[in-house]
Amino acid sequence: MTETPQRPLRVLAAMSGGVDSAVAAARAAEAGHDVTGVHLALSANPQSFRTGARGCCTIEDSRDARRAADVIGIPFYVWDLAERFREDVVDDFIAEYEAGRTPNPCLRCNEKIKFAALLDKALALGFDAVCTGHYATVVRGEDGSRELHRASDMAKDQSYVLGVLDEKQLAHAMFPLGDTLTTKDEIRAEAERRGLAVAKKPDSHDICFIADGDTQGFLASRLGTAEGDIVDESGTKVGTHEGAFGFTIGQRKGLRIGHPAPDGKPRYVLDISPVNNTVTVGPAESLDVTALTAIKPRWCGTAPAGPGSYTAQLRAHGGETEVTAELVDGTLHVTFTEPVRGVAPGQAVVLYDGTRVVGSATIATTVRRTEAGATAG
Amino acid sequence: MAYLDHAATTPMLPEAIEAMTAQLAVTGNASSLHAAGRRARRTVEESRETLADALGARPSEVVFTSGGTEADNLAVKGLYWARRDADPRRTRVLASPVEHHAVLDAVDWLAEHEGANVEYLPVDRHGRVHPDVLREAILRDPADVALVTVMWANNEIGTIMPVRELADVAREFDVPMHADAVQAFGQLEVDFARSGLAAMTVSGHKIGGPIGIGALLLGREYAPVPVLHGGGQERHVRSGTLDVPAIASFALAGRLAADGHEEFARGIGGLRDELVAAVRAAVPDAVLGGDPAPGGRLPANAHFTFPGCEGDSLLLLLDAQGIECSTGSACTAGIAQPSHVLLATGATPDLARGTLRFSLGHTSTRQDIDEVARAIGPAVERARTAGLS
Repeated sequence: MTETPQRPLRVLAAMSGGVDSAVAAARAAEAGHDVTGVHLALSANPQSFRTGARGCCTIEDSRDARRAADVIGIPFYVWDLAERFREDVVDDFIAEYEAGRTPNPCLRCNEKIKFAALLDKALALGFDAVCTGHYATVVRGEDGSRELHRASDMAKDQSYVLGVLDEKQLAHAMFPLGDTLTTKDEIRAEAERRGLAVAKKPDSHDICFIADGDTQGFLASRLGTAEGDIVDESGTKVGTHEGAFGFTIGQRKGLRIGHPAPDGKPRYVLDISPVNNTVTVGPAESLDVTALTAIKPRWCGTAPAGPGSYTAQLRAHGGETEVTAELVDGTLHVTFTEPVRGVAPGQAVVLYDGTRVVGSATIATTVRRTEAGATAG
Repeated sequence: MAYLDHAATTPMLPEAIEAMTAQLAVTGNASSLHAAGRRARRTVEESRETLADALGARPSEVVFTSGGTEADNLAVKGLYWARRDADPRRTRVLASPVEHHAVLDAVDWLAEHEGANVEYLPVDRHGRVHPDVLREAILRDPADVALVTVMWANNEIGTIMPVRELADVAREFDVPMHADAVQAFGQLEVDFARSGLAAMTVSGHKIGGPIGIGALLLGREYAPVPVLHGGGQERHVRSGTLDVPAIASFALAGRLAADGHEEFARGIGGLRDELVAAVRAAVPDAVLGGDPAPGGRLPANAHFTFPGCEGDSLLLLLDAQGIECSTGSACTAGIAQPSHVLLATGATPDLARGTLRFSLGHTSTRQDIDEVARAIGPAVERARTAGLS
């Protein structure tokens, strides 16, 4: 259950122009809160507000958000956080790929923009909370502490991308969709019922600042191309690529290796080495990981003292897996009960205790089952 | 509630509403030859005469448009095209850098698409173009100047331009000058004949008339190339069926605006002075924008820069308390940009973001001022905490 407020709060609703955040804002207003809508202008190119280029932060989305705010009957503003977004999310995204890792910009945006830059400004201006359309639940413990839990509907749960929030951030977060046991169609129906024109709007791309969804093209335009070797596990060259940064551990498609592997099995990206611009490929079983280390841990509450058993989620739409985890000198050591496949450094490992988010950290290294030692990502 | 954004739009006068609604029930296209058409035409022509009289112009010099933006576009583009057609050397456009976007963007469009060579005339720290500056600019080559456009009074900071002196300079070189008088009309004496202007823009909804109607006052000797082609209405300069109800209402509001401007300046100007004093008392380091001399600025305008604040934050905080004003910098997408007016007067970009414009009007009361006086200090303090993110 979403926490029922004792008193109406002054709530700043982040409205992307999509259906989820519009319904979230409407629910917050209906619950009696004093809600103000804000659309974040995040485009690196402010001109896109005039030319109407597609993407998350286009003028069309800003208008859709404003239209929704008007229907809900709340004030609405556009805040320009493009510079912060570029520094904290886009530049970080590019640098991570350049280093051979696979970042999750949505986590970064929640950590640094929505629940940092935006929240700080909201609090300074006298707001009590920031409301978003994420599917997750904040539970207030008996001692007043806050816990982040998975959404009631596991299929829509987005607690993974919120796993970076600490308790202070959670104390000012409001997710009115978190206890929704409904399908996306039902959210759309609710939007329709509320007179929100965004009810029929298509879902946005995963990465809002890559309007056409072509991550490789985006990276190539920022990092240029640099031809390098694709090698197999023995180091034999099997093909070439146009930039190691364009690959993700576990990737199978787009390798463009002319001849099949000797055993005829599909080959996957096993390793990315930006230093010598080499991509290593091999069979699926070589992707099996038994353990990982992760850095920059963030805890939704107090950090766990000793080793413990948790479930872990390793990517945005991934499943749960049993692990034991321990924090040693600021580095999180995670051991899998059963090997898991395709763990990409740069992604977050989010630890759960039941439905409760314990914390998260950025995957740094993995231990493959086929190897004795750790492979640097 | 305190509505202090009359420069954006001001409530319609009851008389103007009455005049408009009365005409809404009457059928007639003013271009038709039958009785209904004649009746509509009579209303239009009487309104034209009324507005011409209110503005010191001849009736034939009134060209009705859909508003200020269209009138500005017609003047700037139309005169540019006509002057260049008459002599291809005339491609230089002299404009103030503090113009409304309806002029600024039209001028920039001419530069991008029509080979115009745009020169922005430097302004002083109050945002004023001096006649000597204009003379100097024209003298660089009097033969290649297509037109001059300088607004009568600035919509953001309220600075009044020496329009008559500027027009004198332009006329000395036979260069037509246009002035956007949208903000001046109703607050100052605006006399087209005495101004010496070739063209002048006025708008209905800034003087208590309806939105969607305006006029370009256009000297009889000028024939700008039309922007809108069609039925040949309005001296073949502006085609389109005339909006009789809006025209009747606009003319009446114009009559009242011209007759009442002195009283307006006294009464509303007095309230404005109280507002300025109240804001300064609450926020001692607030900087009054534009000309501090009461005679040098629009009587209904109070513009401030609050160092260390973002105008958007202030707007939100005041809006939440029912005080409606503006940051002064309009933008379609609603993204705060540093005001081009402030930048032109030499303000730094950070300062130019922390602005608020309070504009008073015929419904303003002392209670509005009291509300601002109470709210502005805490709002500025809070906005400073939020900072310039």
